[in-house]
Amino acid sequence: MNALFVITGLGIVSLLAEFGNLKRWLTAFVLVGLTAAVILAALDWNTTQRYFSDMLVFDNQALAFTALISISTILWFWLSVDYFATQTHRTDRTSLVIFAVVGSVIMASFNNMAMLFLGIEILSMSLYVLAGSRKDSLSSTEAAFKYFLMGSFATGFLLFGIALIYGATGSFHIHTIAQTIAANPAGLPTFFYAGVLLMLIGLAFKISAVPFHFWAPDVYSGSPTTVTAFMSTVVKVAAIGAFIRIFSSCFVAVESTWSLVLQVIMILTLVIPNITAVYQNNVKRMLAYSSVGHVGYILLAFVSSPTETGTIFYYLTTYSVSSLAAFSVLHLVEGNSEEITVDYFNGLFKKNSWLAVTITIALLSLAGIPPLAGFFGKYMVFAQAINHGYTSLVIVAVITSLIGVYYYFRIIIAMYFNESSAPSITLTASQKMLLFVLIALTFALGLFPDVIMTLFRA
Amino acid sequence: MVKTVPLDYYLWLAAALFTIGVLGVLYRRNAIIIFMCIELMLNAVNLLLVAFSTYLNDASGQVFVFFIMAVAAAEVAVGLAILVMMYRNTKSVDINILNRLKW
Repeated sequence: MNALFVITGLGIVSLLAEFGNLKRWLTAFVLVGLTAAVILAALDWNTTQRYFSDMLVFDNQALAFTALISISTILWFWLSVDYFATQTHRTDRTSLVIFAVVGSVIMASFNNMAMLFLGIEILSMSLYVLAGSRKDSLSSTEAAFKYFLMGSFATGFLLFGIALIYGATGSFHIHTIAQTIAANPAGLPTFFYAGVLLMLIGLAFKISAVPFHFWAPDVYSGSPTTVTAFMSTVVKVAAIGAFIRIFSSCFVAVESTWSLVLQVIMILTLVIPNITAVYQNNVKRMLAYSSVGHVGYILLAFVSSPTETGTIFYYLTTYSVSSLAAFSVLHLVEGNSEEITVDYFNGLFKKNSWLAVTITIALLSLAGIPPLAGFFGKYMVFAQAINHGYTSLVIVAVITSLIGVYYYFRIIIAMYFNESSAPSITLTASQKMLLFVLIALTFALGLFPDVIMTLFRA
Repeated sequence: MVKTVPLDYYLWLAAALFTIGVLGVLYRRNAIIIFMCIELMLNAVNLLLVAFSTYLNDASGQVFVFFIMAVAAAEVAVGLAILVMMYRNTKSVDINILNRLKW
């Protein structure tokens, strides 16, 4: 909770920094604040504190997600320095990002449907503005509008589900709802189950699972690249945190209601985006589809054993680090152009070997090649699914990850074997340092997965 | 007095309003009408929450309605700002113009 206080304070300070000459120190201040949030979350470990009459509960799962969200945001600030290098919008952009982080932390720690709703809205509302932050660009406007439309549409479904569940159980508290389910083994009114499914649909929009993913590629490719990086890491972690928080605690007792639906969603999420990504020439769009596809593996882990959240958390960590590495290179290669195709990567290895090596490692990790982090993420997901007897689903997942290898290699082949006359890109020391840190993290997470897995073994 | 109407009726009314809202979002092409349909969906939820709250003799449902109304107001503010930005760039609020990002 202290972490949440600090981050909220940071957001307010960022707004006030417009006064005087405080702007210059803003980014440094924000980074210090986020580091403090990580430390405070670590200090609260194993304490399980409850706030606001149980509306927020900071158990270990919530703290782990808080730390992951804060660390990803720190790395994200590092990669998007130029996004804040404007005179007029610096404080606005900083505070919007920080408030999005506040929403994410609430989504990871809610214990009441009202908090879930408020967390999602705080996060989404900041992102609608960030997606449209390139005001003169038509594609940025389009992305903002589509995101807004689909976001509020999904919220409608989520709220209708919450209302029906409230009607059947008489409470918004997750634990009270779970007790009511347990106290009525004969079953609750039919509309309770409709409510659970509506909430599933609403949250499936938020985590962009197929068939509710159609907004994601448009929004990801239309937004400024740095904002896309934020969406596909921090926001995705928060959405999945909220999803597993509610479905692994409260609705496990009615698993038969949603299990089959979720399995169908999971198979579609594995197959469709991975196949569609093969046909993309726009790299940002390809990464958007790949990020939708990764949700499928997370859902596979969730379907096979809803209460083992450690595997999902490890997968999310590896995915976030690899995605940040891929997006930071993408952002550097892109320059000022609005659309980045595979051709932009032609001959990158000869011009900027450092960039080429970084994105190669990032893409190999996303594709799941050993000994990188992504491989162990996928390995643990598959092992968990096989242990619980979902072998046929694992076979589907293995086939789709092989398709993934194909489209990731299109970029890699363009970098190493094609020729290009475009000039090379000059990197600052800070950018080189960032790429090095991200590569090091990708290797470290792969070599020492236990550091994270032991967090979740009580 | 309210309870002379059975709870089921409220449920069906809210479901009907919600469905009209969903169909409006899916089929209308004018961005402002789509906004209104989203508001209709949220108001269907509000109606349902108030009805449940009365029948359960529990105030928390009505408190939730205030949350929804406050958030919906903020959301419309952001949404209309995006709409103004879209109008500046395209001189139209027809969503068929937004087809640059496809496949």
